[in-house]
Amino acid sequence: MRLVLERRADRPTWLVVASPLIAVALTLVAGAILFALLGKNPVAALTAYFIDPLSDGWALQELSVKATPLILIGVGLILCYLSNNWNIGAEGQLVMGAIFGGSVALATHGVPNGPWVLPVMLAAGALGGMLLALVPAILKTRFGANEILTSLMLVYVAELTLDYLVRGPWRDPKGFNFPQSVSFEPEATVPLLVGGGRAHIGFLIALVAVVVAAIVMARTLKGFEIRLVGEAPRAARFAGFDDRRTTWFVFAVSGALAGLAGILEVAGPMGQLQPTVSPGYGFTAIIVAFLGRLNPIGALIAGLFLALTFIGGENAQIMMRIPLDVTRVFQGLLLFFVLACDTFILYRLAVVRQETAA
Amino acid sequence: MGIFEAILLTIITAATPLVIAALGELVVERSGVLNLGVEGMMIIGAATGFAVAVITGSTLLGVLAAIGAGMALAAIFGLLALGLAANQVATGLALTILGLGLSGLIGAGFIGAKRDPMAKIVVPWLSDIPIVGKVFFAQDPIVYFSVVLALGVWWFLFKSRAGLVLRAVGESHGSAHSLGLPVLRIRFIAVLFGGACAGLAGAYLSLAYTPFWSPGMTAGRGWIALAIVVFASWLPFRAVIGAYLFGGVTILQLHAQARGWPVPSQVMSALPYLATIIVLVVISGVRRGGTQAPASLGVPFVPDR
Amino acid sequence: MATGPLLQAQGIVKRFGALTANDHVDLTVGRAEIHALLGENGAGKSTLVKILYGLLQPNEGRLIWDGASVTIPDPANARRLGIGMVFQHFSLFDALTVAENVALSLGPETPMATIEEQVAELSRAYGLPLEPRQEVWRLSVGERQRIEIVRALLQNPRLLILDEPTSVLTPQEADLLFATLDTIKAEGRSILYISHKLDEVRRLCDQATVLRGGKVVASADPRVETAASLASLMVGAAVADVRNAAHEVGEVRLEARALSLPAFHDHGVALADVALTVRAKEIVGIAGIAGNGQDELFAALSGENTTRADAILVDGHEVGSEGITARRRRGAAFLPEERLGHAAAPGFTLTDNALLSGHATNGFVTGSIIRNDRVANWVERVINTYDVRMSGTNPPAKSLSGGNLQKFVVGRELMREPGVVVVAQPTWGVDAQAAATIRQALVDLAARGAAVLVISQDLDELFEITDRLAVISEGRLSPAKPTRELTREQVGLLMGGVHGATS
Repeated sequence: MRLVLERRADRPTWLVVASPLIAVALTLVAGAILFALLGKNPVAALTAYFIDPLSDGWALQELSVKATPLILIGVGLILCYLSNNWNIGAEGQLVMGAIFGGSVALATHGVPNGPWVLPVMLAAGALGGMLLALVPAILKTRFGANEILTSLMLVYVAELTLDYLVRGPWRDPKGFNFPQSVSFEPEATVPLLVGGGRAHIGFLIALVAVVVAAIVMARTLKGFEIRLVGEAPRAARFAGFDDRRTTWFVFAVSGALAGLAGILEVAGPMGQLQPTVSPGYGFTAIIVAFLGRLNPIGALIAGLFLALTFIGGENAQIMMRIPLDVTRVFQGLLLFFVLACDTFILYRLAVVRQETAA
Repeated sequence: MGIFEAILLTIITAATPLVIAALGELVVERSGVLNLGVEGMMIIGAATGFAVAVITGSTLLGVLAAIGAGMALAAIFGLLALGLAANQVATGLALTILGLGLSGLIGAGFIGAKRDPMAKIVVPWLSDIPIVGKVFFAQDPIVYFSVVLALGVWWFLFKSRAGLVLRAVGESHGSAHSLGLPVLRIRFIAVLFGGACAGLAGAYLSLAYTPFWSPGMTAGRGWIALAIVVFASWLPFRAVIGAYLFGGVTILQLHAQARGWPVPSQVMSALPYLATIIVLVVISGVRRGGTQAPASLGVPFVPDR
Repeated sequence: MATGPLLQAQGIVKRFGALTANDHVDLTVGRAEIHALLGENGAGKSTLVKILYGLLQPNEGRLIWDGASVTIPDPANARRLGIGMVFQHFSLFDALTVAENVALSLGPETPMATIEEQVAELSRAYGLPLEPRQEVWRLSVGERQRIEIVRALLQNPRLLILDEPTSVLTPQEADLLFATLDTIKAEGRSILYISHKLDEVRRLCDQATVLRGGKVVASADPRVETAASLASLMVGAAVADVRNAAHEVGEVRLEARALSLPAFHDHGVALADVALTVRAKEIVGIAGIAGNGQDELFAALSGENTTRADAILVDGHEVGSEGITARRRRGAAFLPEERLGHAAAPGFTLTDNALLSGHATNGFVTGSIIRNDRVANWVERVINTYDVRMSGTNPPAKSLSGGNLQKFVVGRELMREPGVVVVAQPTWGVDAQAAATIRQALVDLAARGAAVLVISQDLDELFEITDRLAVISEGRLSPAKPTRELTREQVGLLMGGVHGATS
């Protein structure tokens, strides 16, 4: 007797909704086991991770701050992954957005400027991310170079570029040799949602991105094209779509969104350029895309949840001396469980009594 | 010791982990599976290997533990990507994220710990030959092993029946299944082999190359190993050449930095990554009609009944 | 023991979920007998032979081999018993050599050098020329089939199963195959011959078992039956004949002039100087063995690959440099050979698949917003007009049977009343009823004034519905001649690459 996968005749709707929830539940169980192995009280640790950060207004604001880049990038990656374009270099595109947008802030620093600075910064940030993302897209369509590897390699290049800039030409001369730029002026800083708080308008931009992407994917020919190129590239050509253009489009959009996330990060919570501008949002957003079932609305929820793991991780480190790496373990496990649960939407396990061919 | 000899020696140490990891992934991909989790398996090997070696005081036990850790992560990948036919790209990414996190947990207590690098096996007489003597005959055991591994993988793939079966499975899992070949079992074993190699490559980093543990110390080498497999057109000896080319780029930029070339260090540090991109472009653009990727690469297989 | 039948299958039942593919099937194959297994697509032939070869396990029933009850858990066991199989879709490995392909089906004990010798020897003995060290992707379809046969023969089988072996061969290649099969039979081996081509079954086989809807409906001696009587056994009802009567034709609506196109990939064939015209009310056929440039020709005519502007004309307009969408707007419609993955996206619903080819021409999109209501109405009309059967409302394309999906795809294109139609393999793998419906639809469309070009490997089909016929071979197209003036032998020679005239 053994277990085999059997293709389901249809996709049960309840499973489509339940599968990410089951994955989250399994991750929590695995997390409890992990905490026990680390010698921590699992209940207290899970509380510190997932409950405490939701318990006060400050923490909720922080949640929106952390969720903003995850949602923005996740939405872009959804377009990529649906069209079978494996952009995993969003982290680098985020950094390039920070560099491009930051350059505007630095260029206008200390000279008369106005309210136009921030919009220009955001546009420049989006442009920076877009340009970096177009490199793997063009290398893929023109030379057939694997976009997974090229986009990832560019992450290192972008990070080293930022590192060079803030240690070299862009270093604050009055900064006691710390590797960081000057602090951005108020005109170059993202307005807050609530006075004195942490939440900024970036979260609203992320919500707009979610709504636009949801409409594009559900109702427009462009969304149809993106899905079709991913599902059946030959049929997409038959439909009259140029899959190379689709590749450029999704890379450009996802790069722009990642770049936007980058400039929002430095013009928001950070207020200056530093050697590291992201705790790995670009990689975590990959999980956001999958946990959100490659659906923009899903990415909104998944982005909030994964933001929780970041905040919970910091909280648990302070409260219970749990290493920050646990957050990454959580995220990795979560992606595993999401993928495993997805299998059961398409297949079900069947017991075979008879010995059969392997 | 002359500068030339020194450079050769350091190139070998820089290339060896790439050789081992790339050969492992090459076998995996020849069986039709794309495991993008090399980076994760490598770093967990580095952390586990170093931790066990410090605790037990035995480099050998450290190496074995690293191999075991790499295989354990590979087994998770196999269960998901093969057993549950999950998307291989996403599963490989999950493996990398998980490996990075777990390695941080395992290595946390060992940051700052020091060990002597792995002992070298010095062949008497031969190692006294000028210039090449030290390079070829005074290396640590893993360097010698990487050469044996390359020969072994080549012989296995192209001279043994089991290798023929593995290539057939990677070429067309449907045809292999209809001939009665156990597709999933063969692939699972290949994935485990890839995990063992990645774990060993990681152990080499923390036990011979540096030799200490620092978080994120693989620094993208797992990804470069994946690129080397593409560069090598899935041929073992070309993978060795590719690994040594990348090792060379890494070392040259280190030497250039040490000699104070008037180029920002970040530019030099970016060279291996830029070289990877350029090589991928050139290889992908040039390769027409030559050895292609295994036809079933990355395609999940679910046998019908 | 040695006198009874070689193989008996008794009461075989195989279910896939709700579907019963084999419903208490009995089959008896005698010694030194060529036994035909007849049936339409979906009748259960493939399921039955997969059970005999150990690829599937029956839910009920038993197998008796050489007088003893056996179970066949996997193909290795089948081969050990003496059962060999030649698949319709070859189970070959393109990147491996002929000898390596053969080695994979043998035990590990035989060294490669021995295998190479044996391959050479067998291919001489049975008239199946093969070069052991060639890589498979370099070989023609006929040569690939020879590998399968040699591979099966090397194991010295007592029963050889062949699944639709002539569907990929020219008439001349088929004759060679029949000679080989007679040799095999003369050695005392049995052959289970799966086919739906009645003429060759009557010519070759000693016994026939007819399957329909998963059940055995008849056992017959094909040499005393007529093709018509076998056909009605197979289909269960007489299939209406599609006839294309002599008629007037109109203006040229589709034309190719000196059309050349490089091969798509290593395994493709370049088009060389193809010239072709199709007039209003006319059906022109293009015969040829798969892989002789049909894919490239279809892509060039449809606009999936663009070329010189004046190389292709639709209703007098130079469209060679236009894409497929622009050509659709000019009133052309295209039906590719592959249904799943080319004509239709497998995982997409029928409405999405209607949008796939109709987004520019059918008013499905205003601004860039998809009008779901209009698409749904259109799909409903296609389903009703072409009698597309399916389960559920708006299911994914891959859940439809081959015949029903093809009716949907044909309906999707023809409901637009296109002036020019290019169709490849319109009835490949489609049951007889659906095939008749599709052919009739093409004939009717032409009668209403459209120009129809049919690219097909099915000579029966081409002789049935076309007015003129050309042959494509190695990327070159022979001049089209009136179908009535052609014989199968002439067409077969052209398919084999013997060009009577320059193209």
